[in-house]
Amino acid sequence: MAAGTDTPKSFQEIILRLQAYWAAQGCAVLQPYDMEVGAGTFHPATTLRSLGTKPWAAAYVQPSRRPTDGRYGENPNRLQHYYQYQVIIKPSPPNLQDLYLGSLAAIGIDLGLHDIRFVEDDWESPTLGAWGLGWEVWCDGMEVSQFTYFQQVGGHDCRPVSGELTYGLERLAMYVMGIDHVMDMPFNAPDAAIPLTYGDIFRQTEEEYSRHNFDGADTQMLFDHFANAEQECDRLLAFAPDDPKSGKRIIMAHPAYDQCIKASHLFNLLDARGVISVTERQAYIGRVRALAKKCADAFRLTEAGRDAEADSARLGA
Amino acid sequence: MPDLLIELFSEEIPARMQGMAREALKKLVTDGLVEAGLTYASAGAFSTPRRLVLAVEGLTAESRPVREERKGPNTSAPPAAIEGFLRSTGLVLEQLERRADKKGEVFFAVIEKPGRKAPEIVAEVLDAAIRAFPWPKSMRWGNGTLRWVRPLQSILCLLTTEAGHEVVPLTVEGIHSGDTTEGHRFMGIGRFTVTGLDDYAAKLRRAKVMLDPAEREAAIWSGAQNLAFAAGMEVVPDPALLTEIAGLVEWPVPLMGRIAEGFLHLPPEVLQTSMKEHQKFFSVRNPKTARIEGFVTVANIETPDAGETILKGNQKVLAARLSDARFFWENDLRVAKAGMAEWLDGLASVTFHNRLGSQVERIERISARASEISGMLGTNATLAEAAAILAKVDLQSAMVGEFPELQGTMGAYYLQAAGFDRSVAYAARDHWSPKGPDDAVPSDEISVVVALAEKIDLLAGFWRIDEKPTGSKDPFALRRAALGIIRIILENGLRIPLLLMVTNAIESFFIAENRKHLPKLDARISDMKETLELYRRLLRADLGGVTVMAPGEMETRIQRARAIAGMLSLEQLMEANTKKTDLLAFFHDRLKVFLKDQGIRHDVIDACLSMPGNDDLTLLVKRATALAETLKTEDGANLIQGFKRANNILTQAEAKDGVEYSFGPDPKFAEGPEEAALFKALDAAEAKIGPAMAAEDFPAAMAAMAALRAPIDAFFEAVQINTDNPVIRRNRLNLLHRIRAVCSGVADLTRLEG
Repeated sequence: MAAGTDTPKSFQEIILRLQAYWAAQGCAVLQPYDMEVGAGTFHPATTLRSLGTKPWAAAYVQPSRRPTDGRYGENPNRLQHYYQYQVIIKPSPPNLQDLYLGSLAAIGIDLGLHDIRFVEDDWESPTLGAWGLGWEVWCDGMEVSQFTYFQQVGGHDCRPVSGELTYGLERLAMYVMGIDHVMDMPFNAPDAAIPLTYGDIFRQTEEEYSRHNFDGADTQMLFDHFANAEQECDRLLAFAPDDPKSGKRIIMAHPAYDQCIKASHLFNLLDARGVISVTERQAYIGRVRALAKKCADAFRLTEAGRDAEADSARLGA
Repeated sequence: MPDLLIELFSEEIPARMQGMAREALKKLVTDGLVEAGLTYASAGAFSTPRRLVLAVEGLTAESRPVREERKGPNTSAPPAAIEGFLRSTGLVLEQLERRADKKGEVFFAVIEKPGRKAPEIVAEVLDAAIRAFPWPKSMRWGNGTLRWVRPLQSILCLLTTEAGHEVVPLTVEGIHSGDTTEGHRFMGIGRFTVTGLDDYAAKLRRAKVMLDPAEREAAIWSGAQNLAFAAGMEVVPDPALLTEIAGLVEWPVPLMGRIAEGFLHLPPEVLQTSMKEHQKFFSVRNPKTARIEGFVTVANIETPDAGETILKGNQKVLAARLSDARFFWENDLRVAKAGMAEWLDGLASVTFHNRLGSQVERIERISARASEISGMLGTNATLAEAAAILAKVDLQSAMVGEFPELQGTMGAYYLQAAGFDRSVAYAARDHWSPKGPDDAVPSDEISVVVALAEKIDLLAGFWRIDEKPTGSKDPFALRRAALGIIRIILENGLRIPLLLMVTNAIESFFIAENRKHLPKLDARISDMKETLELYRRLLRADLGGVTVMAPGEMETRIQRARAIAGMLSLEQLMEANTKKTDLLAFFHDRLKVFLKDQGIRHDVIDACLSMPGNDDLTLLVKRATALAETLKTEDGANLIQGFKRANNILTQAEAKDGVEYSFGPDPKFAEGPEEAALFKALDAAEAKIGPAMAAEDFPAAMAAMAALRAPIDAFFEAVQINTDNPVIRRNRLNLLHRIRAVCSGVADLTRLEG
């Protein structure tokens, strides 16, 4: 991409501009979730908060891990650890496409010079029991974002519907700044006293985690942890809602969902280690989905996940 | 008469759905208008990625009043019946009329519907159309409950007359109809008002939107060709891609680029598929080298740098994609040259169908069928078996994993790279064919054998588990497979006993079920690998290209097969028998449909199906064609009448007399020249028909029969069959029998209609 005057100089500048832009649109700028996840969608701010009727608007960076994508830092655009930028707004506003295009302009993409296209792409997450319709957004033939109207999450219909935007930050930034290899991308300002590239920060970790994911991780331990997470999720959800200590009604939906996130990541690691056969794969995905569904069910009973209409109807009756 | 213009403006509609959406909108709205009593002169639907448009011209301004009378129950009917009638008519008792009827006094409801104004009807019809729209996939958005393909943003609905235009008021899910719209997302001019179709199309054009998808297609295609032509190249035609791209842009701007040197050695199909699937690029071919060397991408925007930035970006994405493709290609070639063992292993863990086993088991069966079919056709069984085993290994290659549509094509490349005979490689490519009614059938004899084997196994398998096509449901494309077999046989003029082919295939499933005690799958795969290795060595050109099976090998196999076949129980044999008869009938049904499309009447086919050897489709069609051609001639058509007359008289006489008149008639009892002439004509015809039938020259046989028409007509004209003289009567009935016998060689003419 031609470097214009408005072109960001670094990876972090793109993140900062997105943060500023979405903050200006009224989103709560959240911080990454403090667990290993495969994508920004797993953050409870998206999965759980897309359920129920309470309005919601959040934006955040989410470090994401895909153990099978590790390439020892050698591939120009494949990483086992990368960043997604995630925006979730409920109900989806009527001008969400325009808001999104504004965000591209904010990071220096001249909409009069590029070819931006919304190309059909239906989203489905078998592990989350979720699906939605939308597009992948193309900029000059490059997929730069995923744009989805959530229809179902954790087996629950989304009413109202949330609009979700996901930007693959590295790929987008490389395109905006015209960089061919991710490791060569300036992370901070190139004219800073101590300039750091993406490679300065992540080349070594990509190597270490690639080895870990493919060969190092103890599979028996991972299998055990998977089973533990599954059991713990069930156990936490089995508690009676009334907490004797505080005297409050406390459903442990989020702690249980943490276990679901764990199980999902453990499954991804096992998959990378190549110890899950094709037939078992489906079964594992089904087990994670079952957890996600239970957590969604539980969250729908909590204050944040309840149906305002159903509540008022109940109160009325 | 007003013209109606409707625009449903939304976020981007998937390209693949726009065609059906145009048709559905047109049908729902025009049907609704007509049903409500309006008429119109013409209607046309258009679409762009962001709008679905319907223009109806010459609509009547209001519907005619309708008066409907409905007869109800007798006035003395039980109250429940009368109440039901009131409910169904929406009237109250006082409004019903009482009229005298044959069976007493009867209630009549007279329902008068006054004429309604067009706007009222349009609003109602459009509202219903939007709510009932048959999108293949639809969604909700925001707080709403309406379903549309993507969020619906505005509705334009106008009735235009010479006096001006009026908005048809309507509100759907909070969207109020109006007379405004907007143009191109990036090159537009904001919202604007329109007054009718012409004004709408003209203003859209100014706002950089081509409304008509056909116009966009034409613009894309001519633009792309011009770019290629200027560079001395040519665009590879791809009508489906053209339609798809026209559904992705409102203002097409074709741009051409070159493929980097490092990718030009990839097979053209790989370049084409990768560019088409991932990037929606047209391929551009250099006519001098016949290689794909460039691409045309179609942007949706005119830019100040004439698309330079866009082209550069696209080129970069393409380079990344083709790097992947090159990686797959090189990796696959390595596996292919190493003997493909890992692909065969992989196929064992791929389920073909949960009741029909893994891909490896299917391949085993196809290989067995290929061997049998080779025997029937006299082709090289060794080559055919090897080809069958290898025909689907490319399913495991990385390239086919990425681009399933390259199955077969990649197989041919990889098998050639691995040093296999060309015919084996071509079989991998062509055994999938014909993939549709217009696709060419394979003609290379090994490909023919494997294609037949592949399809008969598919059909027999689903017949075995009773998953036959029903009505419009044919999820495994079994009708296509049967038609494929029919076309392969007919277009190659194959003489093959279809019933035997069907029998072998069906019985193999029962045999396999009895083989539980045979070696485990792993052992069978390793057996298969050994066989392959054997073939490989045998087929190597540097070893002299010996293509025979090792001595004793064939016998061992036959013995094993016999031993296994002997285990079929009586019940299994009977079940297999039912299934194979049913499957053969399915083939005959498909054949009838196929031949009907070629103008051959179903009764002509039935007449030929009644003849022996009806599972030899080539023979069957030769008969049918000859008969159909003869029926087109005057002599032929009249011969059938004469034949039927002879047959009817004879059949009645035989029924009455209780005897069969099949004793040779004697010319010495002939009375008059017509009868004598018929004897001579029959002698002459028989002399020609015999050799013609022996040579399967059915047209000649039919011509000889048709020549009997005049003597037969003259005979019936001059002679009475049932005379008082019993000797002469018997002789004449025997003569009729001779007519029947002579005319029955090609088809059972009694089955012809009319």
